[in-house]
Amino acid sequence: MTTTTEPAYDYADLPRLMGRMTGAEKHGPAATSTLDALWVLYDRVLDVTPERMDDPGRDRFLLSKGHGPMAYYAVLAAKGFLPVEWLEGFGAYDSPLGHHPDRVLVPGVEIGSGSLGHGLPLAVGTALGLKARGQTEARVWVLVGDAEMDEGSNHEAVAYAGPAGLERLHVLVIDNASASYARPGGIAARFEAAGWSAETVDGRDHEALYAAFTAPHPGRPRVVVARVEPKEYAGEPKSA
Amino acid sequence: MDTMRDRLAPVLTRLLDEDPRVAVVLAEIGKDGFADAMRDHPDRVINVGIREQLLVGTGAGLALAGLRPVVHTFASFLVERPFEQIKLDFGHQGVGGVLVSAAASFDWPAGGFTHMSPGDVALLDTLDDWTVHVPGHPDEAETLLRHAVAAGDDKVYVRLSVQSNDQALAVDGTRFLTVREGRSGVVVAVGPMLDQVLAATEGLDVSVLYATTVRPFDGEALRRAVGAGPAADVVIVEPYLAGTSTSAANDALAHLPHRVLGLGVGRRELRRYGDVDEHVAAHGLDAGSLRGRITGFLGERTSAGAGAGVS
Repeated sequence: MTTTTEPAYDYADLPRLMGRMTGAEKHGPAATSTLDALWVLYDRVLDVTPERMDDPGRDRFLLSKGHGPMAYYAVLAAKGFLPVEWLEGFGAYDSPLGHHPDRVLVPGVEIGSGSLGHGLPLAVGTALGLKARGQTEARVWVLVGDAEMDEGSNHEAVAYAGPAGLERLHVLVIDNASASYARPGGIAARFEAAGWSAETVDGRDHEALYAAFTAPHPGRPRVVVARVEPKEYAGEPKSA
Repeated sequence: MDTMRDRLAPVLTRLLDEDPRVAVVLAEIGKDGFADAMRDHPDRVINVGIREQLLVGTGAGLALAGLRPVVHTFASFLVERPFEQIKLDFGHQGVGGVLVSAAASFDWPAGGFTHMSPGDVALLDTLDDWTVHVPGHPDEAETLLRHAVAAGDDKVYVRLSVQSNDQALAVDGTRFLTVREGRSGVVVAVGPMLDQVLAATEGLDVSVLYATTVRPFDGEALRRAVGAGPAADVVIVEPYLAGTSTSAANDALAHLPHRVLGLGVGRRELRRYGDVDEHVAAHGLDAGSLRGRITGFLGERTSAGAGAGVS
């Protein structure tokens, strides 16, 4: 795989990086629901670098909600997983960067996603596999959308992982209130009922995200629900 | 005689002991056979409960973490229900694994259509690069299971059935075997169909090929069997949906005029219970029915006594 060591980018550079994909120079962080949580994860939490993508002991981040991956690509570019020059090609025939990411094409991307409800079951298997291989330090993170939690496959995974005590498994739910039917009791309550450690935070507050991401949760998987402003109507179903 | 499925847990238990890369994922079905293995290898024998989407996703996740997953349940719940998981979690992610089904097309007829999966191989045919093993005997099942697990990071489907031939043949996980040679057509018998096909073609001047690995399709063996004539007639007898391998045979014979008759399980739901033999007969796959359909297709050239069968 092609990896690259770019000069260090900071959070303030992300709008400009996203602008290279969309052509819109005024991309603010509010333009995307996942940007802040992704940044805090890659900047301060995940133990993974471009050079360590072949290391079985690296942390894994699985973007299950593969829709609207500009923030993801921007963060990966900022952290040197992919060349920033690739960003301009976003969605083009000969670009590795599609409107849904592909692990086979993009360095640093752990799963190809787009169809909702696949990342969390894959993360369960990955967590089990790392445990079986004795990689006891490696953590698995998977990002899902609040509406994506409607998919039955996710409910299968949540119901299994809690009682199975998969403490290396972490779910980040980006809650932009896009599900058509609100969950009585909230998203975190569903996880808690299945035996997970759960916390809901402001998805724009970097310190709150960091604290929630790093809180201990022995013996249990962990979910962090990151609340962000409601999504504007995009006219497309299944955009999570 | 034991069944193919009786071999599954003992074979995999040994492979779990021998190879730290092997992992087994179950969804309740079949777990009793793995009780010892689950005790000895609790991290590598995983039962996710009655959750088939999670079953397949977990198997693929294990592969992402570097293991060799073997995923098992009934064919309906393994291939049909979580089909998109097979397509995306293995195929699109570019990882491999072994899917092992039981119950086949109608192993439990009294259980009805909910537990029948005649379309599993045809469904996998919509995906790229799956090896498909259809053993015809428990000994062959054991051999092919070992081939499947040992096949690097390939994507492999192993289809176990209670339907079985009396004798095992020396299958190698790749090629068709020539069981009989004749001049007036080729009959390809897939897995458990061999005994019925041999009985149906007794005394006919036809070649019989035995296929236990149907994908990739051994086109070379078929071309060899049809010989150097100007045209070819081929019958394929499969224990799943009729016509599943017809296009593969067409591709193999694209260089010469040919006809292919695909026999197998009918598309229409039978909506009957009973036993396996009754379903074999109802789909026209018993020896008597097969003989009529094969001779009807091949015509006069195969009339009895036209050539001696060669074993």
